[in-house]
Amino acid sequence: MDTSVIGLTSYLTLGAILFAISIAGIFLNRKNIVVLLMCIELMLLAANINFIAFSHYLNDSAGQVFVFFILTVAAAEAAIGLAILVTLFRNRRTIDVEELDALKG
Amino acid sequence: MDSMMDKLYLGIPLASLFGAIVAGFFAAQIGRKGAHTVTILGVGTSFILSLIALSHHVFDGAPAYNHSVYEWMVSDGIRFEVGFLIDNLTVMMMSVVTGVSLMVHIYTIGYMEDDLHNWPKESLAGTNSYQRFFSYISLFTFSMLMLVMSNNFMQLFFGWEAVGLVSYLLIGFWSVRPTAVYANLKAFLVNRVGDFGFILGIAAVVMYSGSLDYYEVFAKADEMSQQTMSIFSGYEWNVISVICILLFIGAMGKSAQIPLHVWLPDSMEGPTPISALIHAATMVTAGIFMVTRMSPMFELSEAALSFIIVIGALTAILMGLVGIVQNDIKRVVAYSTLSQLGYMTVALGASAYSAAVFHLMTHAFFKALLFLAAGSVIIAMHHEQDIRKMGGLKKYLPITYWTSLVGSLALIGFPGFSGFFSKDGIIEAVRHSTIPGHEFAYLAVLSGVFITAFYSFRMFFLVFHGEERMDKHTKEHLRESPWVVTVPLILLAIPSVFIGGLTIGDMLFGDYFGSAVYIAENHNGLAEVGKHFHGAWAFVEHSFSGLPFYLASLGVFSAWFIYMKQPNIAESLKQRFIVIYNLLDRKYYFDDFNSAVFGGGSRLLGDRLWQVGDVKFIDGVLVNGSAKLVAWFAGVTRQLQTGYLYHYAFAMIIGVLMLLVMGLFI
Repeated sequence: MDTSVIGLTSYLTLGAILFAISIAGIFLNRKNIVVLLMCIELMLLAANINFIAFSHYLNDSAGQVFVFFILTVAAAEAAIGLAILVTLFRNRRTIDVEELDALKG
Repeated sequence: MDSMMDKLYLGIPLASLFGAIVAGFFAAQIGRKGAHTVTILGVGTSFILSLIALSHHVFDGAPAYNHSVYEWMVSDGIRFEVGFLIDNLTVMMMSVVTGVSLMVHIYTIGYMEDDLHNWPKESLAGTNSYQRFFSYISLFTFSMLMLVMSNNFMQLFFGWEAVGLVSYLLIGFWSVRPTAVYANLKAFLVNRVGDFGFILGIAAVVMYSGSLDYYEVFAKADEMSQQTMSIFSGYEWNVISVICILLFIGAMGKSAQIPLHVWLPDSMEGPTPISALIHAATMVTAGIFMVTRMSPMFELSEAALSFIIVIGALTAILMGLVGIVQNDIKRVVAYSTLSQLGYMTVALGASAYSAAVFHLMTHAFFKALLFLAAGSVIIAMHHEQDIRKMGGLKKYLPITYWTSLVGSLALIGFPGFSGFFSKDGIIEAVRHSTIPGHEFAYLAVLSGVFITAFYSFRMFFLVFHGEERMDKHTKEHLRESPWVVTVPLILLAIPSVFIGGLTIGDMLFGDYFGSAVYIAENHNGLAEVGKHFHGAWAFVEHSFSGLPFYLASLGVFSAWFIYMKQPNIAESLKQRFIVIYNLLDRKYYFDDFNSAVFGGGSRLLGDRLWQVGDVKFIDGVLVNGSAKLVAWFAGVTRQLQTGYLYHYAFAMIIGVLMLLVMGLFI
């Protein structure tokens, strides 16, 4: 394979690294719920990179169309997530993940 | 002719039932007069039809009638039917039952006239109690008729239980009295014990013969006597012996034999007409009748007969002794019934079935007479029953006095009276019996003669002779009972004197029972006696040289001497033999034993079952235990719900990974 062209493997590796970072972020984050939301966004981006890489590799543009949809949904989801976050902050006066355990049995 | 007899036989029980239904369900509409009219008409019809049946079978010599009226169901080849078996034994029982019942019905008009006084004003049970009483006694008659007329075990059992039920209702008739309620409960429970044996016996009959019909079962009796069954492994028991003993346990309950006799004295809590009915015609005679009816089976089992004769002898002597120390007028008569039932049972055990039934018949008349006379005394004494508070009633109650004298003489077997023929018949039959245990039974019935005479005339003298011990108020109101009371007394006094002498030739030694009673060759002690029988009059003359006559006379004389001539003897005897007196007074501690062992035992068992079974097991383990298990499980699993977002996210990711792994490798 020509080394001057960035190969599929590299893209997939990048996607996997992003995904791993987002998971690590979810686990390690104890403080801020905004970070949690960002990690979820990052996870979606990792998926998007995989889509585009395979789309190019397989020469099928359907993958890129998916990415547009995912980005749209991610934007809407971020908006809703932030809105919930604002309401949550208004009610609880905190966005500390450690303190948000109302579901505890 | 036959179809007419069909209807006639059907009419006999139904007439009584009709009276019971009308008086019971339409009590308010027909009133008191209507109730006693309709029930007396009903029982009267039964009585007249029974007499027609009697003449049809006995005088016209009609063969035994055995037909089923109605087939209830057939299950596995066993027919459950309502049917009648009418032969000489049955017609005699029917006539006695309906005859005595009719007398009791008439007498009840007088006895229950002021029944309203026995109920508190606010008691609802007191309304229409008069009509209800008549309804019950008619129902009693119906039940007993169904029992005696039956041609199969199912109907026999129906009658058996119906008699038990009605006796329960009647003993506890005055349901506002706690003692009456205890007494009827006791009667019911004790009879349950007997009936349990009885139904096991019937079950065994069905199991080994495959039929409920008398004749079909009797036909297989021989076959059954060859078989053995093992109740406990390792012990082989003769089938017919087991069946007969189980059936006889039923008879012990109904006919009040030791140790199931305890209900009978307590049944005195019921109104006196009931006591007369229970003791004379219905209920207690059921057991004697049943064993007689089953004679083809009992004859095949020496063991059962031996058992019967010993139980009967024990009852005859022990219960008579208790009668000596009783002070309640009705209880003395009740214990005499127990003792006389013992005589009948001894006769059954000695295979002298005809003697047993003969004594049953004569006893029915004079015992009904004695009870109704006792009731008449009780009416006159304003429901005072203690004989120590009576005395000298002869001049106030002449008719009651003379009829009581007749009844007492018949009871003690004074020569010439009907009780003499039947009782002497039994004593002679026992003497010639060959059943193991007959020597003991002979001693028992012989000494029973003395005891019977003693307690009968003790009561007679204390009530009718001697000084007047009642209070002044009662004394002023003493007068003879109304005619509805005295007429039945007189009507019962007549057969008490004559029926024994008139029928002894045919019933005891003749061929009256024909095929109804079967006696094995080697058991026929009665036939031995019959060889020396030369008419009723010769029987009477012969008795003057026999032991029983002198024993009876001695009994009467001792009663007179101890209670009339030297009243202080009784007291000093009582002091000297205080242990024996207490034993008799406490009725051999049967009641104490029962309440301590069975009553206390079941209370203890119930207590344990409550503490362990109910509180600990059901409440503790099953109900609360399962709830606690759920709570514990929930408590453990709720730990999974931490409420932290990252834990849920982690769980999701782990789940996704697991799904991926599954997708890849599986």
